[in-house]
Amino acid sequence: MSSSQNLVKELTCVRCPLGCKVRIEYTEELEVIDVAGNKCPRGREYAIQEISDPHRILVTSVKVKNGKYPLASIKTTEAIPLRLFDEAMRIIEKLEIEAPVKMGDIIIENFLDTGANLIVTRSIERL
Amino acid sequence: MKYNTDVVVIGGGAAGMAAAYSARENGANVILLERDEDTGGVLNQCIHNGFGLQYFKKDLTGPEFKEFAKERLKDIDILFGTYVLEIRKDKTIIFVDKRGIHEIQTKALVMATGARERHLNSLPVPGKRITGIFTAGLAQRFINLENLKPGSKAVILGSGDIGLIMARRLTLEGIKVEAVLEIMPYPGGLERNVQQCLKDFGIPLYLSHTVIAVEGDRRLQKVIAAEVDYKWDPIPGTEKEFEVDTLITSVGLIPQIKPADFLEADPGFIVSNTNQTSEDWIFAAGNCTVIFDLVDYVAKEGEKAGKYAALYAKGEYTQSKKVKVRKGENIGILHPVYIDPTQESTLYIRVSKVFDRASIKVEPLGVEVIENDARPPEMVVIKLKPFDENIDEIEVIADELISKLG
Repeated sequence: MSSSQNLVKELTCVRCPLGCKVRIEYTEELEVIDVAGNKCPRGREYAIQEISDPHRILVTSVKVKNGKYPLASIKTTEAIPLRLFDEAMRIIEKLEIEAPVKMGDIIIENFLDTGANLIVTRSIERL
Repeated sequence: MKYNTDVVVIGGGAAGMAAAYSARENGANVILLERDEDTGGVLNQCIHNGFGLQYFKKDLTGPEFKEFAKERLKDIDILFGTYVLEIRKDKTIIFVDKRGIHEIQTKALVMATGARERHLNSLPVPGKRITGIFTAGLAQRFINLENLKPGSKAVILGSGDIGLIMARRLTLEGIKVEAVLEIMPYPGGLERNVQQCLKDFGIPLYLSHTVIAVEGDRRLQKVIAAEVDYKWDPIPGTEKEFEVDTLITSVGLIPQIKPADFLEADPGFIVSNTNQTSEDWIFAAGNCTVIFDLVDYVAKEGEKAGKYAALYAKGEYTQSKKVKVRKGENIGILHPVYIDPTQESTLYIRVSKVFDRASIKVEPLGVEVIENDARPPEMVVIKLKPFDENIDEIEVIADELISKLG
C-alpha cells in the first residue's frame, strides 16, 4: 500500500549496462515498502542499498616500479561504500607496486575492512 | 618480407581480436596487424568496469576484457608496431614496421580499425588555439596510462559515455569538474553512467548547453558556455563563465576507414549482416562501421566478420543477394545497411527521438520489439532469422506505443 508519508526514489540501477529504472518506496526508518521496475534481483538489492549506503566498485590505477608501463589499472573485487572513496584514493596515491604484476594479483586484502580486495586488472611485464 | 595467409585482420582492438580468434576457429590462417605494442586498443585505457557482461558473462574492466580476449589468440601471428600503408585490389596488404616495408598476399581481409575522436577544432568555437583543451580519450590516456595530470579545474563538453566516465575519473584524481555541458536536451551516454559518474559526485550537468568561446593566453583560462535553442543557436543572456584551465571534449567519434577509403562508406564502412563490404573479399566490424554502445556488440560483430572472412577464404561463402535495410520513421542509425537473407542477422538501431514506450517494427517481416524509455544514446538490438529471398527491401520503423488500457 502506498501512503503519502512514504519516501520514493527513482534510481537507475548501475549493476549492469541495462540500466533499469528502479522505483523504491520506503519509510523514514528505511523500511522497504515496494521495489518496482527492476528486471532482475540485483536491481532490488541495488535499490535497497542505495537508500541506506550506496556502494560502488572503485576503479583507478597505481604506480608501477620497473614496469613496461608506469601505471597498472586496479579495482576493488566488490562494490565498497561510496563514502570511503576519498580515503581509498588517498591510500592508493601513496602505493607503488613492483613489476611484473598479473591480472588478478591482490595488492591489499580486505581493503579498508570492506571485505573487498584491491586487485590488478592489467598485467604489466618487468622492463 | 613477403607473407602469405588466408585472413588478415587490421586492428587489434575488441573487434580485431574477436575477428582473428573466430577466423582461426573457422580454419583459416590469420595474421593480425596492430600498430601498438599490445592488443586491446582503447580497452587498455578504459579502466572502469561494466564490460563483457554479455560477451564473457562477467563484469570486467577494459584491460581485463582485453586479457580474456587476448588469451584466445595464442596460435595467431600478431605483428605489433605495424602500420598499414596500402590495401591493393589484388588482395595484397602493404605495411611498414621497424624492419621496413612488407607485403602480405591474402585471400580475405577484416578491417577492425575503430574510430577517432572529433576535436574541438572541428567545431565552430571561436578563440585561440590555446593549450588545455583535450579530447576525452587523450585525457584518459594521460591519466590512466601515462600518469600525467592534464590540469586542475575542468569543464567537460559532451555527455557521451567517455565524457561521463572522465568526469568521474578527473574527480577521483583531485581535478575539480565544474560542469558537464550537453547540447542535446538529454544526456548522451548510458543512464547508469549519469548516475555513477555525475550524480554520485554531485557534478552538475547542463543540458541544452554548449561552449561558445574559450579564452586564455597560451593556457586556457576561461570557458564561456550558453544555453542553446532547438536550432542549437546560443540564447543571448544565458552565458555562464567557468574559470578553468582544462576543457575536455567528448563530442563524438568518427569511424576510421583509411587506408580502405575506396570502399563504400557513410561515414563508416557500409557492410551487410555478414560484415561484407562493397568489395567481396573485405569484411569490416566494430566502430569503423558504426559507433557502438557496448564493447560486447563490437566483439560479437568482430567474431562474425572473422567467421565469414574465413569462410570466404575457403570458398565456402560468397554473397548471394543483398536486401537493402531502409530507415523508416524515427530511426536515426541503422546497422547493417544490407542483409544477405540466407544468413541470420543482428540489427543495431538508434531511435531519433525520446520515447516513453517505443514499438520498433521490421516490415514486411512482421517482427516487433517493444522498448521502454527508448532514447537515441541506447542502441536497440533485434535479431532476425533468415528470410524469403524474394523480399527486395526491409524497413525499420519506430512509433510511440499508445496503451490500449489507458
